[in-house]
Amino acid sequence: MVRNPEDSDIWNILASVLDPEVPAVSIVELGMVRFVEREHSGNVRVGISPTYTGCPATDVIVRSAREALEGAGFAHTEIQTVLSPPWTTDWITEEGRAKLEAYGIAPPVGSSADKRSLFAPSPAVRCPRCKSLHTTRVSNFGSTACKALFQCDDCLEPFDYFKCL
Amino acid sequence: MKWATCDLADYALRKADDTLVLGQRLSEWCGHGPVLEQDIALTNVALDLIGQARGYYQMAAAWRADGSTEDDLAYRRDTHQFGNHLLVELPNGHWGDTLARQFFFDAYNFFLLEQLAKSPVEEISALAQKAYKEVSYHAQFSAEWIIRLGDGTDESHAKIQASVNRLWAYTGELFEDTDLDRRLDGAVPLPSMLRADWLQKMREVFALATLELPDPNAYMQKGGLHGRHTEHLGYILAEMQYLPRAYPDAKW
Repeated sequence: MVRNPEDSDIWNILASVLDPEVPAVSIVELGMVRFVEREHSGNVRVGISPTYTGCPATDVIVRSAREALEGAGFAHTEIQTVLSPPWTTDWITEEGRAKLEAYGIAPPVGSSADKRSLFAPSPAVRCPRCKSLHTTRVSNFGSTACKALFQCDDCLEPFDYFKCL
Repeated sequence: MKWATCDLADYALRKADDTLVLGQRLSEWCGHGPVLEQDIALTNVALDLIGQARGYYQMAAAWRADGSTEDDLAYRRDTHQFGNHLLVELPNGHWGDTLARQFFFDAYNFFLLEQLAKSPVEEISALAQKAYKEVSYHAQFSAEWIIRLGDGTDESHAKIQASVNRLWAYTGELFEDTDLDRRLDGAVPLPSMLRADWLQKMREVFALATLELPDPNAYMQKGGLHGRHTEHLGYILAEMQYLPRAYPDAKW
C-alpha cells in the first residue's frame, strides 16, 4: 500500500470512518483502505478491501466513506472493491490493535497462520480485561464474522477475539 | 481471454448456486442451534457462504452481459435452472446430518478454492483467495464436530455414522466432470482431480472419529449440475424467492 503524502487530507477523512460493528477502530486502522488516487479532474478513487465476503458492514462502510468524502467537498468519489490480494488481519495497524484491546476485543495474535492443519493449538490470547494469558477458546465463531469467542480462566469473563485471517 | 465468457458465467453460476443454497439451508438453524455458540457458528458459516455466492453471482452477471443482475440470478431462476450439487439442498435433519453434509462440502470447497485461487482468470482467483481463508475455518469446525460426535458416546457415534452413510451417495457428484469443466480446462480444475485429496481428508478425519468410511465406489446420485434436483430444492427457492417475486420492484 502506497500512501502519497499529498493525499493525506483524504486519508485523514477516511480515518474518521469507523467500522459500524467495531466502532472503536477506523477503516484505515483496520487496513481496509488499499489505495487513494486523486485524478487531475479532481475525482477521487479509493480502493477498499472487505474483511469477509459476507460481512454485512461492507456496504455501510462503502457508503460512509463516500459520504465522508462528499461532505468534505470531494464531489466525485469512486469507491472500488479490492478483493486481491485478500484482506488479512496482518494489515491492522498497531494503533488499531491497541484500540481494539482497549475496547474489549483481543487483537489478532501473530500473523495469519496456515490454518490447514486441523486442531492446531489456539494461540495464547490475552484477556483484554485482566491481561491474563490463561484463556480458552469457546468457539471460532462469534458475534460477527471477524471474531471468535474466548473466556478468561482467571477473571472468568467471556470476551471477543479478532481472529487471524 | 481464451475461454468463452458464457462458459465462465455458467461456471460461476454453479458455484453461486452451491454456496447460496447451502447458506440458505444453514440459515434455517438460526435460533434453533443446540447451544448459543453453535447456533452462532452455523449462521456465521451461512453468512460467509452467502457472501461468496454474491461474489459469484456478480461475476456471472458481468460475464452474461445481458442486463441481468446478481439479484435476478439468485431470485428469478427456477429449480431446473439451478446448477448446485444435490448435497447442498438436502434437508438439515438433526445436528449430525447437518454437520456430516457440512464436512463433505467444506472439504470439497477447501480443495476446490485452493485450485481456483491459482486460476488465470483474475475475477475467479481473487474471490477464491478470499473465500479460501474463510472456508479453512469452516472445514476446521465441521471436522472437529465429526470427531467429537464419532468419538463421543455410543449414541452420538451411531447417529453420525448413520448420517455419513445416508449422505454418502450425494458426495460422488462433487467430483463429476462435465463438458463445461472440460471447456474451461486451464481456467478451473477438473472436479475429478480434487477427489484424491478429498478422500484422503475423509480417511484422516474418520480415523480420528473412529468412523467407518463408506465405499468410495458405491452408487452415487447425480443430476444437480444439469438442473435435475431432489424435491427439496423447490421448497427452498419458494421461501427464499417469495419476496422478490411477489414484489418485483421492491427496493431494500
